[in-house]
Amino acid sequence: MYNPTVARLTYRALLGRRRAAILFVLPALLIVISLAVRAFSGADDQVTSDVLGGFAIATMVPLIGVIAGTGAIGPEIDDGSIVYLLSKPLKRPSIILTKLTVAIAVTMAFSAIPTLVAGLILNGNGGQIAVAYTIAALVASIAYSALFLLLGTVSRHAVVIGLVYALVWEALFGSLVPGARTLSVQQWALALAQKVAGQDAVSSDVGLPLAVVLLVAVTCVATWYAGRRLRSLTLAGEE
Amino acid sequence: MTTIEIDHASRWFGNVVAVNDVTMTIGPGVTGLLGPNGAGKSTLINMMGGFLAPSTGTVTLDGRPIWRNEDVYKQIGIVPEREAMYDFLTGLEFVVANAELHGLGEREAHAALATVEMAYAQDRKISTYSKGMRQRVKMASALVHNPSVLLLDEPFNGMDPRQRMQLMELLRGMGEQGRTVLFSSHILEEVEQLASHIEVVVAGRHAASGDFRRIRRLMTDRPHRYLVRSSDDRALAAALIADASTTGIEVDLSEGALRIEAADFGRFTTLLPQVAHARSIRLLTVSPSDESLESVFSYLVSA
Repeated sequence: MYNPTVARLTYRALLGRRRAAILFVLPALLIVISLAVRAFSGADDQVTSDVLGGFAIATMVPLIGVIAGTGAIGPEIDDGSIVYLLSKPLKRPSIILTKLTVAIAVTMAFSAIPTLVAGLILNGNGGQIAVAYTIAALVASIAYSALFLLLGTVSRHAVVIGLVYALVWEALFGSLVPGARTLSVQQWALALAQKVAGQDAVSSDVGLPLAVVLLVAVTCVATWYAGRRLRSLTLAGEE
Repeated sequence: MTTIEIDHASRWFGNVVAVNDVTMTIGPGVTGLLGPNGAGKSTLINMMGGFLAPSTGTVTLDGRPIWRNEDVYKQIGIVPEREAMYDFLTGLEFVVANAELHGLGEREAHAALATVEMAYAQDRKISTYSKGMRQRVKMASALVHNPSVLLLDEPFNGMDPRQRMQLMELLRGMGEQGRTVLFSSHILEEVEQLASHIEVVVAGRHAASGDFRRIRRLMTDRPHRYLVRSSDDRALAAALIADASTTGIEVDLSEGALRIEAADFGRFTTLLPQVAHARSIRLLTVSPSDESLESVFSYLVSA
């Protein structure tokens, strides 16, 4: 179900594009912020939680998810080069699963690792906060990748829609409107973080069992549907 | 021996009918799919390539449906019209990737690159390739698994004459080996040079089939229209109209060009460069104008 050639092409396409710069900029920004905060205010659990929850989980993870998830398939569909994958005796779901694996790996590498490093800088993993947010980032990476990969197969404007979702829904509504939080990947991931770090350090609006069910459901349904979309993807001519 | 069978296939997009009840059989040898732009050639090729489902009717490869059947790609090689092709790879990396996706390896990739005479540039990035080089690497990627069917959508678009000749040579060879080669084109002369068998589509309908001599006769009988730009349009016009092969010339001031109607296609095409050369006139543009192509096709349909 995993095709190394498809994976290689996807990695090179993802990391070779100009868009990939964001993959490096955002984590660098997080580390710089963490260094500055640590230097000015010292180690503080609440501040650590604010930085990791407010910037890393609420903004950086979804943005990197958008870049990696949509970037793993969207550009190929847009410019038509996907035809070189589709005109091969390959099962469509294996193309999707391979691209999903790559998107998850990239999102995790560029979001979870910096989150852990930032957490260690901020308070040296006091109260398990760094580990908790890292787990949240890892889990969110999976769901975001699946969701944005699907978006890449559905719309030509996947990046824009993804950005609106990430910034408006997850970052803005997710922190302001209580109802929206239940339907937010971020909150589901935080439910897991809460389990690790405890009530005081991390808060989530969603209970753990519901969060796990929703995460698994969203990931599976999105992946299944993306496979279906690819199977019936029509490459209309330019007439 | 592999045959593609299109049986009463139609395809529409919303209200637009792109292909209308077409039935044709594409067998071994080189077949030219001819039609003006927008006639439904790409739609047909996309259906034969499994990238588009027929709205009604069937498209099959040796009796097996092509749509949603990945296995057919073991036998089909596709050269798409679109340019995009993982530009960040080198030619070799690209063809090797295509080979691997077929379960093959570097050996087959090298062989395919040698067939299209691209081995010399295989280590350059595709983004640095010319149009003709891209086309040949696309060919290599389509040939890498030694398919019995080759589908090419407008393969000669934008190629220079030398590249065109090379590609024609290559396709002719493939046809002689007994492969089923189908290419689309909106240029009659191109199809005539290469294809032993012609299928004509006009406005989504199957307008004519087969006998290329008949189509050729119709082609040479019609008046040909050309759009010509030169360093001295009026002097050129005066010289051309003196010859019997030219039946009419209009000086199109808004276009800054001559619209020339020629009755004798063969004679005119040798006359034009001679006349220009003798009078030291530089030819800047010589193109068959599109209306004349349209008229050929409508001529074919009514014939």
